[in-house]
Amino acid sequence: MFRFILRRLLQMVLAFFGTTLIVYALMFAGQGDPIQALAGERPVTAAQRAYLTEKFHLDRTGVGGFFYRYFDYLRNLLQGDLGQSLTGRSIGDILAAAWPVTVKLALIAMAVTILFGVTAGVLAGIRRASIFDNSTLLLTLLVLGIPTIVLAPLAQYLLGVRWQLFPPTAGADPDLYALLLPGIVLGSLSLATALRLTRTSVAENLRADYVRTARSKGLVKRRIVSVHVLRNSLIPVVTFLGVELGNLMSGAIITEGVFNIPGVGFNLFRGIRTEDGPLVVGIVSVLVVVYLVSNLVVDVLYAVLDPRIRYE
Amino acid sequence: MSDFETVAASENQAARRGPSGEPGAPNQVGVPQKPRSLAGDAWRDLRRKPIFWISLALVVLVAAMAAVPGLFTANDPRDCVLARQHAGPSGGAIFGYDFQGCDTYSRAVYGARASLLVGALSALLTGLIALAVGLLAGYFGRWVDAVLSRVIDIVLGIPLLLAAIVLLKRVNSDSSTVRISAVIFVLAVLGWTTAARVVRSSVITAKEQDYVAAARMLGAGDGRIMLRHILPNALAPAIVVLTIALGSFIAAEATLSFLGIGLRAPAISWGIDIDAGRVHMRESATPLLVPSVFLALTVLAFIMLGDAIRDAFDPKLR
Repeated sequence: MFRFILRRLLQMVLAFFGTTLIVYALMFAGQGDPIQALAGERPVTAAQRAYLTEKFHLDRTGVGGFFYRYFDYLRNLLQGDLGQSLTGRSIGDILAAAWPVTVKLALIAMAVTILFGVTAGVLAGIRRASIFDNSTLLLTLLVLGIPTIVLAPLAQYLLGVRWQLFPPTAGADPDLYALLLPGIVLGSLSLATALRLTRTSVAENLRADYVRTARSKGLVKRRIVSVHVLRNSLIPVVTFLGVELGNLMSGAIITEGVFNIPGVGFNLFRGIRTEDGPLVVGIVSVLVVVYLVSNLVVDVLYAVLDPRIRYE
Repeated sequence: MSDFETVAASENQAARRGPSGEPGAPNQVGVPQKPRSLAGDAWRDLRRKPIFWISLALVVLVAAMAAVPGLFTANDPRDCVLARQHAGPSGGAIFGYDFQGCDTYSRAVYGARASLLVGALSALLTGLIALAVGLLAGYFGRWVDAVLSRVIDIVLGIPLLLAAIVLLKRVNSDSSTVRISAVIFVLAVLGWTTAARVVRSSVITAKEQDYVAAARMLGAGDGRIMLRHILPNALAPAIVVLTIALGSFIAAEATLSFLGIGLRAPAISWGIDIDAGRVHMRESATPLLVPSVFLALTVLAFIMLGDAIRDAFDPKLR
């Protein structure tokens, strides 16, 4: 177990360096004269040039200099200093204001997923090949096949503008009601996957030997399903939900952009639109870290939850 | 972690014998005629499924739209007159005009080309990378497998949309050809991992087979065994994965264009049109709905097609 965690941790560190290196290299390396780029069309005096060269360690050239500046960027990232966006606001401040909204949205999506996805999945798994099972399968296929850029504007138009059941956009400081529709849209994809996963898992476990034993002992079906089957079949679902929580936090770019929710994804959306390089890099770096850490936690959780799984 | 992979490998074992013509187990129930291959069984299964025919018809329709858009509409998608802004249907423009006064239907028809081009080429590129990596890792094992599997793990750990945003932000050119190739390249570089795992596990099971040992005893080299004996068996499951991937690549292209970092106007793409239609949905909804329906149906068609083929090849579900 300890060795597994260690190995997984090393792997994450590698992935962290790999992705941040790519992000950094693509955004900042090989772009001609960065000082002139910063100054735009205005002339740069020798003193300014010397100051900036000193400040950003531009005097070191070649591969060594590149890595020197890369580690500078990493140190700042790990210390939580993400620099400033092109509009002059501190990116750390922007993120601090945006996180609570994004977390709230992700939790709503997660609640929708668990409430509907897992429940329907268990029912479909028990009544395999029934009308309910087949119709949920078809419905989840539809949801999985429709991209968010179709689903989000469509839900906004039909439920928000046309029938006016929900507020079409959230705006600053959104309440729970305004976040409900975006939460459902955001959660629909993980809902479909969770449903299918639960269904397969339940259906497989129903055929297991211990279920036959329990039945021959004379236990009622309700007890077999709720005590024996559920506990075993929810293990993959729990780990999936863990991965999804990480995904939901980083994957809300489209949903937050469409519904005008001032979360992390929305700021990234705006950063892309306004060509705000530093803002995009800052947010992407943080999101990558969130994603990697949540994947790590889930993998370890998997091993803890299911002792049958042996990592050599 | 290798526990999962062996499970996956044994699951793929059945699907492995694909259209390559490797004869499968003879059908024991039927009269002893010609032994039917697994591909034959799968085909019999597929023929009876309405979902297979519906999705196949949709795929063919969209492919025809991409190849000869002139067959479906006589209007030029770039013929935009502001005086017709949000005008109703008229003269071949069966869904009316959008905010810029362009024919909504014609733009949706012409948008199929970019989507299918990106989807097909990135799936092809993905397939090549996945086959190469999967073959090498599965066949040679040991340190080659260890290194390549870790590379797969790392790439799999990178969130696709975020990485695509960073990679595509670097592309400053506004030329359509450059942007479309950049999108294809980025999607392929980030999307090959799942297919590579599938290929790897089918290669691992295939290389233990007797006919591989026989070929080796006859003096065949590594290259010949890999290409002639193992590759055909790893191809079928890879193609199924790639069909589904093709659908998600089309969705990814539209998403990137929607964000403004994929294709850009004057290129015609469903993602661009959905974004433009979204802004003016209160005035007129058809410019949003038409490309949305086109995109959703295309992505669905590919995913359903892949799903149906996979089900037919998976004897566990029979």
